Amino acid sequence: MSTDIANTHKPAQKKYFKGSGALQQILAFASLIILVIFFSIASDNFLHWSNIEGILLSTTVIGILALGTTFVIITGGIDLSIGTGMTLTSVMTGVFIVYLGLPLSVGIIGGILSGACIGFISGFSVSILRIPPFIATLAMMMIAEGLSLVISGASPIYFSDVEGFNSIALGSIIPGISIPNAILVFFFMVLIGWVLLSKTIVGRYTFAIGSNEEATRLSGINVKKWKLIIYTIAGCFTGVAGVIMASRLNSAQPALGMGYELEAIAAVVIGGTSLSGGKGSLIGTMIGALIMSVLTNGLRIMSIPQEWQTVVIGFVILLAVYFDMLRKKNT
Amino acid sequence: MKKRIMLAILIVFSSLLFVLAACGNEAEKESDDTGSTGTETSENEKAAEENNEDSDKPYIAIISKGFQHQFWQAVQRGAEKAAEEFNVKITFEGPENESQVDKQMEMLRAVLDKQPDAIGFAALDSQASSPLLEEADEKGIPIIAFDSGVDSDIPLTTASTDNYAAASLAADKMAELIGEKGKIALVVHDQVSVTGAQRRDGFVETMEEKYPDIEIVDIQYGGGDHLESTNLAKTMMQANPDLAGIYGSNEGSAIGVVNAVRELSKEEQVTVIGFDSGKQQIDAISDGVMAGAITQNPEGIGYETVKAAVSAINGEEIPENIDTGFYWYDQTNLEDEEIQAAVYE
Repeated sequence: MSTDIANTHKPAQKKYFKGSGALQQILAFASLIILVIFFSIASDNFLHWSNIEGILLSTTVIGILALGTTFVIITGGIDLSIGTGMTLTSVMTGVFIVYLGLPLSVGIIGGILSGACIGFISGFSVSILRIPPFIATLAMMMIAEGLSLVISGASPIYFSDVEGFNSIALGSIIPGISIPNAILVFFFMVLIGWVLLSKTIVGRYTFAIGSNEEATRLSGINVKKWKLIIYTIAGCFTGVAGVIMASRLNSAQPALGMGYELEAIAAVVIGGTSLSGGKGSLIGTMIGALIMSVLTNGLRIMSIPQEWQTVVIGFVILLAVYFDMLRKKNT
Repeated sequence: MKKRIMLAILIVFSSLLFVLAACGNEAEKESDDTGSTGTETSENEKAAEENNEDSDKPYIAIISKGFQHQFWQAVQRGAEKAAEEFNVKITFEGPENESQVDKQMEMLRAVLDKQPDAIGFAALDSQASSPLLEEADEKGIPIIAFDSGVDSDIPLTTASTDNYAAASLAADKMAELIGEKGKIALVVHDQVSVTGAQRRDGFVETMEEKYPDIEIVDIQYGGGDHLESTNLAKTMMQANPDLAGIYGSNEGSAIGVVNAVRELSKEEQVTVIGFDSGKQQIDAISDGVMAGAITQNPEGIGYETVKAAVSAINGEEIPENIDTGFYWYDQTNLEDEEIQAAVYE
């Protein structure tokens, strides 16, 4: 009985990878290209390499957050704690490196692990305690915000005296090519995430839980355990984003981060991941995050007032969700 | 099985909390000046003693706009200094961030119930606070406004920086540094608050009136968020490759501009002027990335607030406005005593 369900489930998943999901990605990618062409014509300064580098750099933090939360959203959940969670990991990185004087590498790993801890606790509340994801992660969002203030004593932690910390994000490890590491880290995280989601058992179960949690459970998969793992993975992404942000600002700012979760979720939605779960892709999320930063950068470079930039991005999100609904009706 | 997992997770969670608590204590200890015997019991005893001692002193409740910014911590220091000098008891509190108008209202309401002898109040929204201010007035509790004024007749005085005049000085400095001609841009923290608007208008209007050859090409709002301000200052420089200067209207905005200039290696080309203080701005000025900045005198604001409250309790005459002053600081005067008291790390 249980193997039957597992078997009938697989072909359905394949369809999501190759069928309508791909269409959404192509649509998102086409929009990105159209935007780039539009802004290149509208402003002479848009297509300069240094501006493109700026766009990529400003995508990194929100982008990495969005990648992690894509996993959670595909399971049909949501993670509101990623914004302030990122702040908490940047503060923890500061504690490890500046207060405790640990070596950079240990501090970075510590920062990422603190992110994993936050994800783990969210996952625990969602899967074991059965608290709805919206509430559980909302609570975690507040816990992380408060803890950041408590741990840092409500004042920023500066890395100015730590040799080399700033270059984690802004340095360049490839000799001869001056692409900031943060951008490389972002694409590396896309790669890791993509492998996890489409090539491993974690990814298969992520889609399975999002498509039909009950059927997944009945086919003998320990849904609780896998949800816990998925939220923890998302937490690792939060940790990486926190380290990158701290490095770029050369400081851990305890009052930052609130609201970043919504930008990240917007990027996920624009990238074609369905908020009702079961469908989505990391390449889509990457494109979604790029669309958001190309839009803000392009509108800014054209000197469109900021208020209108926000309105435009709001409309883009509406459109993205509308296309997602059309797609569902057709299938 | 289930129980064992639960137990294991509980242990992990509580040990995590323990570690976090330990870190928090360490941070506290570091910032504690006396720092010798900081055990919990002795601190509690100390607090209890203070309470006994303080019961006869006049009590002034101070509600600020926040507490996590170093600016507010400096205001608190000034207030505490005055409290010691005038032998009064104060409490200092504020909401977590400067958009939490409702939370501030709750704090004000709670304070009213404690029957203080005077209240120091920095309104996040003067309209929203007016009913509570009236209630205080009826109870005969004098109110001293600080930082930004309250749009009401009830506060006896306002201790604040003249933000418009301060921004106007920033404009004069910018004009002088770029040779009174060229393109400039502004990164402002927000368009709705009084400080945001005054620090923008003081700068923009001075430029327009006095320096016809300077063109303001862009004004953007970054919410005082370091990362957001960095990204938008970068875009400004991309859109206007010949930009001569950028002015950042508060700590987060100014640091954002500094980050952007550093990331694009335009230190030689773009003149950066900031507002407020903080370690990163002071470092940027020492490094020459930032030409200079305006600082308010936050300790002065706190000090003058308590001083005015004491005068009010004693029934003395107080002026309608107390200008707490501002300073221009750069590499040349960073070490001056007067600047050192006004800048905060």
